[in-house]
Order: sequence, then structure tokens, then C-alpha cells
Amino acid sequence: MEHIIKTIRKQKYLILMILPFVIWLIIFRYIPLWGWITAFQNYKPGIPITQQQWVGLKYFREMFSDPEFYLVMRNTLAMSILGLIFGFPLPIILAILINEIRHIAFKRTVQTISYLPHFVSWVIVASIVHAMLAPDGVVNYFLMKIGLIKQPILFFGDPKYFWWIVVFSDIWKEIGWNTIIFLAAITAINPELYEAAEVDGASRFRKIWHITLPGIMPTVIVILILCIGNIINIGFERQFLLRTSAVRNVSDVIDLYALDYGIRAGRFSFGTAAGIFKSVISLFLLFSANKLSKKITGYKII
Amino acid sequence: MKNLSLGDKIFDVVNYLIMIFLSIITLYPFLYVLAVSLNDPFDAIKGGITIFPRVFTLDNYKEVFNYPTIGQATLISVLRTLIGTLLSVLSTAMVAYVLSRKDFFARKFITTLFIITMYVGGGLVPEYLLIRGLGLMNNFLVYILPGLISPFNIILIRAYIDTLPTELQESAMIDGANDLVIFFRIIFPLCIPVLATIALFVAVGHWNSWFDTYLYCGGNKYLTTLQYELQKILANAAASSTTIDYYSNLDPTRTMRVTPQSLRMAMTIVTTLPIVFVYPFLQKYFIKGMTLGAVRT
Repeated sequence: MEHIIKTIRKQKYLILMILPFVIWLIIFRYIPLWGWITAFQNYKPGIPITQQQWVGLKYFREMFSDPEFYLVMRNTLAMSILGLIFGFPLPIILAILINEIRHIAFKRTVQTISYLPHFVSWVIVASIVHAMLAPDGVVNYFLMKIGLIKQPILFFGDPKYFWWIVVFSDIWKEIGWNTIIFLAAITAINPELYEAAEVDGASRFRKIWHITLPGIMPTVIVILILCIGNIINIGFERQFLLRTSAVRNVSDVIDLYALDYGIRAGRFSFGTAAGIFKSVISLFLLFSANKLSKKITGYKII
Repeated sequence: MKNLSLGDKIFDVVNYLIMIFLSIITLYPFLYVLAVSLNDPFDAIKGGITIFPRVFTLDNYKEVFNYPTIGQATLISVLRTLIGTLLSVLSTAMVAYVLSRKDFFARKFITTLFIITMYVGGGLVPEYLLIRGLGLMNNFLVYILPGLISPFNIILIRAYIDTLPTELQESAMIDGANDLVIFFRIIFPLCIPVLATIALFVAVGHWNSWFDTYLYCGGNKYLTTLQYELQKILANAAASSTTIDYYSNLDPTRTMRVTPQSLRMAMTIVTTLPIVFVYPFLQKYFIKGMTLGAVRT
């Protein structure tokens, strides 16, 4: 007891410095977690959480029998997997190509330009994408000019384009930024390997294939596993900002489902249930990915 | 310079072409928006603008500056960016310092409490209910408080503090300085490089966010931000671009000076500019920050 008091007295300033933020952490991060129990209640605003009526798994059952839920799961996975297939290899290829540029100033310039869209908000990117793909936008103009189409395509009026618009606007925004981690991995490769290969007369392709690629492989695998672990966490900003009423069937993802049915419609318990479902799947994926990573590469990602 | 083989030369040429193509693809959309924003709105409807405005005008920008909420939206955007960044960096540094102290009795426990929140959060609805319960709806504080500290930034700063020589702290302690003095006089100034990196990222995040306004402050016309105003214009425009009656609400005989599309383009440029201005500074710092983060993974 005396020991504890002594420690507290000795570290009183440290306690003073961190206490407000521990309280902040509990309020803003742990109370929402505690709020998960509203998913098992018939939540009515204005009544303390402990006095709400318990309904068990009612809202989960409702969710699993809602056809729309399967639709949003399909959309979530589709955009996520398309994003992974197209968005994952491109930054690796780009990083290798950037690394091969000999002219330092040119290399810097390319890097500076390619990182820029990462810092621009999704509101701006969505606004740009809407403008370029509009009936009077430059994409339609170009397609008509080269004679591929006669009438402007209504890119946002037809569901078949939406996933690709989301996936490729994300690639456009993040491809440069995502090269950074691979470029860092390339600089960590021992330069003697390249020198030795040069003495042996190896070509650029051979050096890339036999030195650069194996050198960054551990990083590639860790990032890939991390991406797979996050496959359900694709967010909703892109979909929210790019969607139009004509493409709702393909645009809405799990978070938008929680937003539209949980908050806007005031069905808070139902929305919380959708959120919990997402969190549980995401934790499961993350831990599985971590196990896998440890097994394959020996690196833990968590 | 040694002789390059033919294969190497071809590789270089192709590689340079790819890089030039990438740079064009990255920059062109901004240029296109700039061209449309500087073009006469009713002429722009005809399409066909590519790089330069066809009928030059500044009307769209005049309209942006006449937009009813533009002044206060800019003010709120600037305020949340300044205040939010300042408080966020100071708080995160303070937490990072305390958690860097190996002798602090609750170090492990509190670190774990923070780390857990990196992996699991309450989700959209419980957070919304919390904000409502705290009475933070339509309140400026909702921009500052919920995102005050990020565990990832704590880790970055703590890693930096760990690289500082411990003798600095020890000698200050012998001189009788308390932990507060050590933090503000020694640790904080020494951490400026890493704090600058984090501040820039936090500031960009504040400047770019719109969803908190949408969810919590959309009903208060004195608390909207630039990004939110742009989002509102975008939502209206998106609603009208789905059908072939795209043009029906753009009747040129009306007394409107600009179209919603052109107004949006000008607004997009105005909202992008601050990012472009701070970008050179960001450039300088973010590689350092990223590699710090990469070392951990």
C-alpha cells in the first residue's frame, strides 16, 4: 500500500499528463464498444442502456434474412477483390520501374507527381471523376472522337460501370503512394548483389527478376496478407460520393447499409448489429492473416 | 558511364515513356477541371473542352466567392485544421512521452488500451449515439475531440523519443526538473522533426474530412466546412447526371449566371489549392514518416 502511494506521489506529473487522455480513450473508444450491446436490445433513444428491452439475436436474424444484406456483402467483396487484383500488383511494378530510373531529378519529379493525389480528399476526387465521366465530359468526348462510340455513355446511369469506376479511381489516387513501402524495401537490398550480377553480365530484366523481386518478396507477402485481412474494411467514402440513384444496387457496401438503415432510418439496434458483424469478420480475417504471415514469412503483422 | 547494351537502352526508353504517361494520367484530371472551371458555363455544356478553356471567364470563381456559405465554411475549415492539428499533436506527444517512460507504473496497461483500439472500434452507429449522447451534435468540438489521438501516431512519436539519449532526461532530473518541465523543455523541442511530419498529416486529414460534418453538423449552417459544401454540390450534380435529362435543369434562358457543374469545378479547384500549396512541405517530411512506420511492420 505504502509502495503504491509512493509511486503515485513520485509519478504525479506523469499521471496528470496522461489521465485526461485515458478518460478521452474510455469515452471515445470504449463506450462505443460498450454500445455493442444495443444490438441485442430494442434500443429506444432517451432510455439508459441498462434499462432497454432485451431482444437477443432478433436483429441479427433480421439482417441475415434481409436480401439487401447479401447484396451489400456481394458489393463489398466484389469491389474489395477487384481492388486487390488490380490495385495490388500495380504499385509493385511501378516501384520497380521507378527504381530503374537513372536520372535522379526525373525520378524525384515522377515520385512527387505520383504521390500528389493521395493528399487530395475523396470529395475532390469524386467531383473530378464525375466531371470527366459526365456526358459532356472529356472521356466521352475522346471516345466519340476516336469513333468508339456514337452516343455519350452514361457512366453513372448504368450499374455495369460502377465497380470499375470505384476500383480505378482508387488506383489512380493511391498507386504512387503505395509504391513508397516497396521502394523502401528495394533500397534495403544489398547493392553488392547488383554489382556481382553486373560482373556476370546480367541484363536489367535478369537483375530485376533474380535480385529485386526476391529482395522485396517478404514485404510483398506481408502487405498482401494485410490487404487480405482488410478485405471487408473497404470503407464507404468512395461509394458514398460516387454513387447515384441509378446504381444503388451495385454501389452500397456494408458501412453504407449500416448508415442508411441504422442512422438515417433511426433503426439503431439494427445498424449496430451490421457493424458488429463487420467487426467480427474483420477481426477473424486479421488474426487468420497474421497466423498465415507468421507461418509463411516469420513476420508478425500485429 | 559504361556502354549500355541495346536491351538496356530500349528498357530505359520504354520506362521513361511509362513514367511520362503516368505523370500525365495523374496531372491531367486536375488540368481538365481547371480548364472547365475557367470556361464559360453554358459553352462547357457542349463538351469538347480538353486542356485549355474555350471561352475564358472568371464567372465561375466569382460565383464561388458569392456562394452564400463560402466565407464561414472556409473559416470553419481553417479553424478545425489549425486548432485540431495543434491539440492533436500536443496531446499525442504528451501521451507518447508518458508511455515512453520505462518507469511509469501503468505503461503496459495504458499502451495496451490504446493498441486495442487500432483493431476494433464501436462502428458507425454506436459512435453516432455517443456523439448525440454527449450533446456534441452541431458543436464545433465534434471536429476536434473524437479524432484527437491516433495510436499509430503515438507509436511513431514514442519510437522517436526512444532514440533520444536518456542522459538528457537524467541530468534534468538531477537538476530538479519535474516530468512536466522535462516534457515541455526537453522532449517536445527535440521531437519537432517527427511532430512536424505528424502535424502535416493530421492537418491534411482535417482539411479533407467531410463525413463528420455530414453526420453531425449538416443541420447547422454556421458549422459546415468547405469539403462538405463541395460534397453537397456534388450530391446535387450526381443526382442529375444519371439520366438523359442531364441538361434539363440547365436551361440557358434562365437568369442563372453559371451551371451547377461549372460552379462545382471552380469549388473543386478552390478546395484543392491549399493542399497543392502545402504539398512541397509535406513532400519533405512524409517519406521520413512513412519509413518510420514501415520499420515497425
